[in-house]
Amino acid sequence: MIVRILGEGQFRVDDEVAAKLTALDTDLDAAVDSDNEQAFKAALGAAQRLVRESGTRVPDEEFVTADYILPFTDATVAEVRKLLADGMIPGDSIGLP
Amino acid sequence: MSVMKRVSLIFRAKANKALDRMEDPRETLDYSYQQQVEMLTRVRRGVADVATSRKRVELQMNSLQKEVTRRENQARDALSKGREDLARAALQNKASLQGQLNDLQGQYAQLQDQEEKLTLASQRLQAKVDAFRTKKETIKATYTAAEAQTRINEAFTGISEEMGDVGLAIQRAEDKTAQMQARAGAIDELLASGALEDHVGGQQDQIQAELDAIGAGSDIDRELAQMKGELSANAPRQIEANANGESGTAEATGTQGAEQPRAAEQPQAGDGS
Repeated sequence: MIVRILGEGQFRVDDEVAAKLTALDTDLDAAVDSDNEQAFKAALGAAQRLVRESGTRVPDEEFVTADYILPFTDATVAEVRKLLADGMIPGDSIGLP
Repeated sequence: MSVMKRVSLIFRAKANKALDRMEDPRETLDYSYQQQVEMLTRVRRGVADVATSRKRVELQMNSLQKEVTRRENQARDALSKGREDLARAALQNKASLQGQLNDLQGQYAQLQDQEEKLTLASQRLQAKVDAFRTKKETIKATYTAAEAQTRINEAFTGISEEMGDVGLAIQRAEDKTAQMQARAGAIDELLASGALEDHVGGQQDQIQAELDAIGAGSDIDRELAQMKGELSANAPRQIEANANGESGTAEATGTQGAEQPRAAEQPQAGDGS
């Protein structure tokens, strides 16, 4: 599975790590829903550590899309909520015909 | 649905929307590449902007540090002159300034962090854009429009995700820089107008004024003491001279002749001060 950490790039992880990530994603989701900044930071930190330590970097020449995208290391609940609500990514007009 | 999955879907939706708009995908490769190069320029400009902000904060930190040191010296000066009240006021000002300085140090660290991250993002995008250029030439040379479709889709969604990532990173850096600049502008104005002292403690001018007054006062005291000393040294002889009466006047004048010019000068100096 391919995982991107925003601001850091893509990593390839095996199924075992993917399963752990899915579990952490549930925590992340609950933290965002309940506006719990502390729980959000804990889950995000754990997920990122897991990806960095157990994953391998996707080479620059390889063009693949991520199955999971983790927010920026210093992201806040408000920021993630906004991204999920708007669905807007800056640079929408860039690279597009 | 989960957070990580939802974010990835948002990125994919963006790429798919773009792909849907394409007629001959091969024609879009060059256009897309141009846009990527523009994005790279934007990232580099972003790095430069953050660096400028960081340097500005650095200059402000230096100015504030000087102010802190000045207050500390004032406090010492005041204590040495026995004015504990003034020393206390100076230290209170120093504490407020130190608070602002600590705040700036925190901002400085954040800007440094942003700068590093954006520099890395720019390097990553550069590598990805280089790879995209090679890939697009291969696709254009080797495949028909129909065959190229799948490969273009892959390359396009891949680069689109990277561009979205970097786009978000720049936006965050720009937001942060704008916040810092607003605050930095306010502190610059305060420092320039000298109002920082009043703004922070409201007593700085009085402290310096009082210290200056003490300084001037002690100079005057010293001069007065010196004069008193000189006067009292001469006084016994004048009394002695008066006690000798009229008959002794000539003699007294004669014995004191050498000192007369000094004795004559002193009252004048006293009158003058």
